[in-house]
This record gives sequence, structure tokens and C-alpha cells, in this order.
Amino acid sequence: MSSQLEPIKDPGLPAHVHRKTDTDPKAADRAERQVAAMFGISALGTVLLIISYIFVPDDLFIFIPIMGNQNAHQLGLGLGMAIALFFIGLGAIHWAKTLMPDQEVVMQRHEFRSPEEDRKAFVDTVKEGVSSSGLGRRSLIKRSLGAALGLSALSPILLLRDLGPLPGPEQKMTNWKSGTYLVTDPGDRRIKASDLEVGSVAQVMPEFADPKDRHLDDIAKDALLLIRLRPAEFNLEPDRLAMTHEGIIAFSKICSHMGCAVALYEQTTKHLLCPCHQSTFDVTRAAKVIFGPAARPLPQLDITVDDEGYLIARKPFSEPVGPSFWGREK
Amino acid sequence: MTVEAKLGQVANYVDERTGAAAFLKKSLRKVFPDHWSFLLGEVALYSFVILLLSGTFLTFWFDPSMREVVYEGAYQPLEGVKMSAAYASALDISFEVRGGLLMRQIHHWAALIFMAAIVAHLLRVFFTGAFRKPREGNWIIGVGLLTLGIVEGFLGYSLPDDLLSGTGIRIAEAIIQAIPVVGSYLSYFAFGGVFPGELFIPRIYIVHVLLLPGAFLALITVHLMLVWYQKHTQYPGPGRTEKNVVGYPLMPMYMAKAGGFFFIVFGVTAFLAAVASINPIWLYGPYTPAQISAGSQPDWYMGWLDGLVRMAPPIETYFFGYTVSWNILIPGLIIPGILFTGMALYPFIESWITGDKREHHLLDRPRNAPNRTALGAMSLTFMMVTLINGGNDLIATHFDLSINQIMWGTRFGVFILPPLAFIITKRLCLSLQRADRELVLHGRETGRLLRMPSGEFVEVHEPISPEKAFILTSHEQLPALELPAVDARGVKRAGALKNKLRARLSNANAVAIPKVSTEDLKEIESH
Repeated sequence: MSSQLEPIKDPGLPAHVHRKTDTDPKAADRAERQVAAMFGISALGTVLLIISYIFVPDDLFIFIPIMGNQNAHQLGLGLGMAIALFFIGLGAIHWAKTLMPDQEVVMQRHEFRSPEEDRKAFVDTVKEGVSSSGLGRRSLIKRSLGAALGLSALSPILLLRDLGPLPGPEQKMTNWKSGTYLVTDPGDRRIKASDLEVGSVAQVMPEFADPKDRHLDDIAKDALLLIRLRPAEFNLEPDRLAMTHEGIIAFSKICSHMGCAVALYEQTTKHLLCPCHQSTFDVTRAAKVIFGPAARPLPQLDITVDDEGYLIARKPFSEPVGPSFWGREK
Repeated sequence: MTVEAKLGQVANYVDERTGAAAFLKKSLRKVFPDHWSFLLGEVALYSFVILLLSGTFLTFWFDPSMREVVYEGAYQPLEGVKMSAAYASALDISFEVRGGLLMRQIHHWAALIFMAAIVAHLLRVFFTGAFRKPREGNWIIGVGLLTLGIVEGFLGYSLPDDLLSGTGIRIAEAIIQAIPVVGSYLSYFAFGGVFPGELFIPRIYIVHVLLLPGAFLALITVHLMLVWYQKHTQYPGPGRTEKNVVGYPLMPMYMAKAGGFFFIVFGVTAFLAAVASINPIWLYGPYTPAQISAGSQPDWYMGWLDGLVRMAPPIETYFFGYTVSWNILIPGLIIPGILFTGMALYPFIESWITGDKREHHLLDRPRNAPNRTALGAMSLTFMMVTLINGGNDLIATHFDLSINQIMWGTRFGVFILPPLAFIITKRLCLSLQRADRELVLHGRETGRLLRMPSGEFVEVHEPISPEKAFILTSHEQLPALELPAVDARGVKRAGALKNKLRARLSNANAVAIPKVSTEDLKEIESH
């Protein structure tokens, strides 16, 4: 075994090599001037910062090669600060490296393990403490204390209960009801099938009596995508085809994977792509997942038109929109 | 009065009131070993200080509220747009507070540097074996700091409530919802109801500026106190042993260098913030759940997680009508959980395999611990593959590839490449050991060729210095543990399977090229 062979001997710490500044007073003086110069540059940096703060207007743009147009105020402040700080550091390190003693020092380590008698005394003290308190013998105290401590830990959990309401039916519902008008977003105008050309996409919202009542909570589940194809391009089951209107098909815009907005539509392939995790849905096959991590198609909304030809929802969504959760199917 | 005399008076004043002279005298002479790789942890520490300073500046103007306002500030393109007060105040900091944009950019750059420095420091500690006894506890604190750093960074870039950060929060909400049984409840508690609600930004604000920084301060203090108390590890070399520390005293050399280095880190961060735009929130617009920008990316330290989520297969199962989203649970919670738990426990796993329960203060050269180094390379490869997939959309557009190709490449790559990296790295380490042995035995190649009288050409080798020879041979080579399946009386030992596994791992771990001994050198000389 190599471990039993004699290892190569430790030659010991190499001898200290003197620097030029240790032996030549001229070199040392030069180093001092260099350090002072660096601290001086730092001071100039602070001056640049002050000038930029007070005198350079914050809407002044200057052209700098490579970087292009830059805000002079912002650039002056930043460079001033960078110079002020950097050169203090450089000066200090140059000072340490040239003028401070650089003789390596050896310090001994102490063993962390205490001497045996201390360890024994420590264990004895603990034992003595435990036994004199009666914790070992008086089991009634031990158990009741354990129960009390355990129970008291419940109170912070209980007190946090009001962080939010319990999940209710709203988790699975949207503002799409039977007969809800589809309106443009932005604009809140009702739309007709003819407003949408074949091949185009539009984002729509359910109509609110007052659009000001529409908050992010609503948008987070109501956002709807309309896509118009030629009816012949669909490859749908009859019940799904019946949910379209003159080639217009409507999907929830909230990704069934993690809830991002499914915003990329490729007109040539008729694919919808979610930019977050690249789940890809085939519009012609009712948003079937054809690539990526999403496990479910985007929910489809059943749409039709009213007597005047405005697009409306025929029925609410038949399933919750957005990412999956435990009780989703219940 | 000279500077020395004045400082002497201060020291006297302090000691007469605290009696700290003995402690301070020892502390100021404390020795710190010098090596560039020991600066990585320092960069992390200094970035944290920069984060505290710049972050405090930002809190003076930031309004952590999701109240809806109409923007009427200096940035014309968003004039009249409805947005949250948080986003509006982040715009005000960027455009109306002098130096505000600089501070925002310093804060964000410092966060990226903070995380990069933590990871680099962790790699240094891992590959050199600095986590071994007695420093296992400090390793665990370090893993804790890394984890908190990821969370803190995520919360930080979520605060401005721009389109990109809102998208990140939406994804976080989906991960919370995916937790079986309690997911919806946790999500409702976190958001105060349905997503996004009006409570989330104020809540994560207090976590970001108080709770987590407090935890950081406490953990960093313990982390540094342990380094102080246990003394720093050092690289092997002549005169350096397990029983000593060789380096420069705290006062003045180390103080000046470390203090100076703080200013260098701050200066470089300020320079980046001055010339390199980061997170230009005004370009993204306010958050609305119905919009998104293409190429949505998290900050780099979350990229591997996003890449894992992207490559997950679309599996969702239903049991008794309840939904389990494996496509979110596995990449979002299970794999990160296994990785971070394994990382935290690694010191104990390694000492179980080697049976080594001694203190270690001398660092390993990575090649002399081939299995550990190979494991590190394997983990890094895993992270790189997932990180690449986290940027698959940008890589696809920049390099004219299809996202599908990158996705499928990384889906296979994540299984194939890490084990390959393990094998290659282990081979490389053993080859380097062989090269070390060659160097000690036969000296270094001089490049001078000699023609022998017989016509043969040989290259002249020169012996290496005794210092170098010592460095190349001073490491330990532990034999494999002897764990027979049966005891002396032929009875099967308890936990035979565990023992068998341990014996196999220990055998694999003990593979090494025998290092050169004095006997080897003598034998060579006698030739």
C-alpha cells in the first residue's frame, strides 16, 4: 500500500522574497505616490458625480461610439460613482501589496475536540441537570409539557387563516355566461363575425355593464382568443364544430399549463404557442396539445350570434380555465 | 500627536471599558490564507452589502401597492395607461428620481453578481473538499443561503409589477396550485383569493425587504463566525499542514486587501449599472394577465428551473377525480427538492462512503478526489443542459434553430450528458494523477533533444523542485473500506444490503493512481 511507503518530505515554507519596495526607499516612495494618485482619481470620480447630479439635465442624450445614444446624466452619475469607488479599492490593495509587510505568518490550529475530562464533565452536567429537574422521572410533566408546546404551535397557523378566503366556486367560473357579448379589448365594442377576416386573431373580453369594473382578477380568467379560419380547415368532432361560428373558434387565452397568455399565433401552421414554456396547440383540432409540457387543450368557448349578428357566448366554459389544480375535475 | 499615539489612546479607551484587549490583540493578528478562489465568497458578501444599501435607497420611493392608478409621469409612451401604484412608482424611480435608475440597475446587477458569486463560491468549496469535517454545518448554512438567494431574487424582480414580473408570479401561482390536496388553499392564502388579487405585492414586499434580509443577516453572521472560529482552510503546499494556517495577519494586510476589494466590487457593479441597461421595465408595460412578451425569461439563477419545466413531458393523472400535474410537480418541486437536499447532505454522504471522520483543514486538489470532481461535473452538466433549455426560445432565434430541436435535444441530453460528464471527468482526473506521477518520477520535459551516440534521440528531462514534488504527492490516498458481508463467526451482518452498497461505493471511490513515494524516487535514482 502506498500509504505505508514513506511520503516525499515537506521542504518547509519557502524563504521570504523581499519586494523592491522593501529594499529600495525610492521604490517605496514611488509606490506611495501611486497609491495617492489612485485616491486622487477616486476624488475626481466623486467630482464627476456631483457635476452630473447638479449640472447635467436628465434629458440630455449624447452619442458614444459602440454604446449609441446614452443619457448623459445617468452615465455621468454612474461612471462618477464607479470611478470613486473602484479607485479607493485599487489604491488600498496597491498599498497593501507594495508597502505593508508581506511576510507569511504561521498560526497553529487548536483541536476542536475538548479534552476527555471536559467532555465527560459536560455530559455529567447535562445528566445532572436533567435528573435534578426530574424530567426523566416525572413523566406527567414531560408529557403535558410536550402536549402544551405542540398545541401552542397551532396558534400561529390558526392566526394566519385570514390570509385569504377558502377556495370557492369562483375558482372554476368565469364571467362568460349564456348570451354574454364578446367585446373588443381594448375598446369594449361588440363585434360581428364580419369584423374578423379569415386568418386573423383577436383578443376579446366578456361585456361588462361598466368596463371600469373589469379588474385584473377578471382578465386573468376571461381573456379569450378568437381565430377565424375557413370552415373547411377545421378537423373537429361534430360537437366541437358546433361550438364555432362561420369559421370563428374561441379559446381561453390562459394557458392550461401555467397560466401564461397564449399569445403567439402562427398563421401558416395554425398553431398557438405559449411563450413561457412553448406548449403548442393546434387550432384546427380544438387546441390539441402537439408539443411542450401542457397536458390539456385550451378550453373552447361555445359561441354564436344574436339576432343582430353580434357574437355572443352560447354557454359558459364547460371546464375551469387556466392551470390545473387538485380539485379541478370535481 | 502621531497617528500611532492617537490609535493607542482609542485602544486604551475601549479596553478600559470592555477589557477586550486580549481578544482583540489575538483577533487582529489572526492569519488568513491567501488565494484568489477565497475571494469568491467575499464577492458574495460585498454584493449583499451593496444590495442592502441600494435596496434601502429604492424603498424611499417605491410604493408596494396594487392599487390601480393612471400614469401621468415623465415617461411619455405610457402616459394615461392604467397600472398598479407599484409599477408607477418603479417608473418614477427610473425617470424622475435623480440617480434612481442608477440605483435600480446597481440593485439588479448586484443581485445577479450575488447569486453568481454564491454559486462560484459553492463550486470552490465543493471541488476542494472544504465542506468536510468540521465544516459540514457551514456547508448546510451555505446551501440555505443559496436557496434563500433564489427566492429573494425572484421576489425582487417580481416587485415592479411589470408584464414580465407578473408573468413570473403567475407561474409561481401555478406551481403552488399544483401541490396535491392543499395547492388551491395555499394559493388562496398567498394571494388573498383568486390570482392576482390586490395583496400579493405588499406581502412579498415585506418578505423581500425585511423577513429574508433578516434571515440573510443572521445566517451570514453565523457563516462568518464559523469561518472565523474554525479558521480558514488552506491549499496544500510546503510548510502547510492540517495543524497550522499560513497566510497574512488580519491587521494590516488582510484588512486593507479585503476592504479595498469591497470598493472594487462596488465600483465594478456601479460601472455595469452605468453602462449596461438591465430590466428596462418601461419597455414591458404594466402587468395584465392577458398579455405577454415573446422571449419571456427569468433571471439566470432561475433559468435551470424554467428549463426543467419546459422540457417536462405533458403528464397529468387523475385519481378518484383529483388532478395531479406531474408536468409541474416533477420539474418544479420534486427534482429541485431532491437536488438541494442531496447537496445539503453531501458532506455526510461522502464521509459515509469514505469512512473518514477526521478533521480536514487542507484542501484537496480536485484531481485527487476523482469521484467528487466527477459528481460535481455531472451536476454542472445537468444544470447547463436545463439552463440551455430555459433559454431555448432565444437560442432558437439567435442561432436559427427550431425550438422543437432544442427541446428534444435537451430532453435526451439531460439523461445522457451528465453521466457522460461523470465518466469523462473521472478519467481526466486519473490521467492528471498519472501526469503528476510522471512529473515527479521523471521531471519536466525541457524540449531539448539529445542525439545519443547510437543515433537514438531522447528528450532531456529536468527534475522538478522539492516544493513542487511535495505539492504533487502530499495528498492522502485512502484505501477502500473493508466491509465484509459476514462477521468473524461467519454470521451475516445486520444491514447487509446497506453494507454492500457502502462497500461498492467505497471501492469505486478509492480508485487512484498510486502517488510517488521516497522509495520510488530512490529506485529511479539507482537506475
